[in-house]
Amino acid sequence: MTQETLKPQEKKALIELLYQLADDDFLLAFRGSEWLGLAPHIEEDVAFSSISQDMMGHANLYYNLLENIGEGEADRIAHLRSPNQFRNAIILEEVNGPGTYLKEPDYDWAFTVVRNYFYAVHKHIRLDSLRHSSYEPLAEAARKIMTEQYYHLMHWEIWFKQLMTSTDEAILRMTAAIQKVWKDFGGVLTLGPYYEDIVKANLIDDENVMKKRWNNKIEAVLKEVGASYPGEPRMERGNGRNGVHTEDLKQATATLSEVYATNPATGW
Amino acid sequence: MSELKSSMIDSVMDALGDVKDPEIASVSILDLGMVHEVDVTDDKVRISVLPTFSGCPALHIIERDIKKAIENVEGITSAEVKFVFTPSWTTDRITPEGRESLKEFGISPPPANHVMGEPWEIDCPYCGSTYVTMENIFGPTACRSILYCKSCKNPFEAMKPVADMG
Repeated sequence: MTQETLKPQEKKALIELLYQLADDDFLLAFRGSEWLGLAPHIEEDVAFSSISQDMMGHANLYYNLLENIGEGEADRIAHLRSPNQFRNAIILEEVNGPGTYLKEPDYDWAFTVVRNYFYAVHKHIRLDSLRHSSYEPLAEAARKIMTEQYYHLMHWEIWFKQLMTSTDEAILRMTAAIQKVWKDFGGVLTLGPYYEDIVKANLIDDENVMKKRWNNKIEAVLKEVGASYPGEPRMERGNGRNGVHTEDLKQATATLSEVYATNPATGW
Repeated sequence: MSELKSSMIDSVMDALGDVKDPEIASVSILDLGMVHEVDVTDDKVRISVLPTFSGCPALHIIERDIKKAIENVEGITSAEVKFVFTPSWTTDRITPEGRESLKEFGISPPPANHVMGEPWEIDCPYCGSTYVTMENIFGPTACRSILYCKSCKNPFEAMKPVADMG
């Protein structure tokens, strides 16, 4: 399918899916960028900021696809929507920890590693499916993103496995982080209320198939590092794909858009 | 193709050879294999460009520089630059000249026929030694890694290999 051959119902499904893909990367890239200068060591600072920059680029690609099918200018989509119009999973908008990057940041590295690793595993599964998407511009974008995301997945997998097999304190903190992420990670694994239309249009694989792939992979990795698999991840605070969000998203979008919103007509 | 058109394309290609990567001053976008198609119709040029990394902040600068360079070509009044993703930009598109220029800049070129997931060999761009260590797969820009040469004891950078994953 191309822009010209989309039927109305398919277009609606495509728009929903693109917002999910874009907003997931956008919010997690923002949370990643807040670590700049605060990562555990300088090499990680270089790596993490590079990953966040890539992910911001991926969000931008998806926002551009939305622009091309009439959703408005990409920058405006990213910066001027109200929180209930965002379709990202709730766990991806969550703050990195107490404090802000400007004032007394007491960020949680274990939470960051777990959240990013679990997300990277799912993102890889999602891209692997999207590269065969019926909507050709999306398949093309996915093939491009995949080559970059390959390095992200590798990066987070190293962190995850090393910390999970490290000191007692590391294992304790990582285990607490897994429990925390598990409560809401179900929100990443869902395609939301338009799930049936999205799958019917062959835009992406069935969410149950992808969910199973993710569960199998994570279960195997947890086993490898000697941890137990806690059962299906949950969605305790609601489904971000429905526009349900927390205060953390408001804070994120307010910070992200602070400059842009002062004058959207200017080229920033 | 008329002789006039073909000479016009030559002039445009010459101009593109002067458009450098803003972050690697010794390498042109032609050397990097970023130029996909060039189409000249009368006094208008349409050019499709393959972005290297999708979050690369240099893309806007490259777009601007291409327009500027082409619109300076005699007989051309406007240039349209479009970024496309098919074919995907991969590091094996870098020309032999481009690979040499990267080395001059202290950046080791990526392996020519890389398969994602397989290990790759990187030689020191200064002394050619294979006795090197990877310090950080990520580097100062999205496309580079940071390494250290144990032979000549110089830190250096290498371009990350990017291959089509099918």
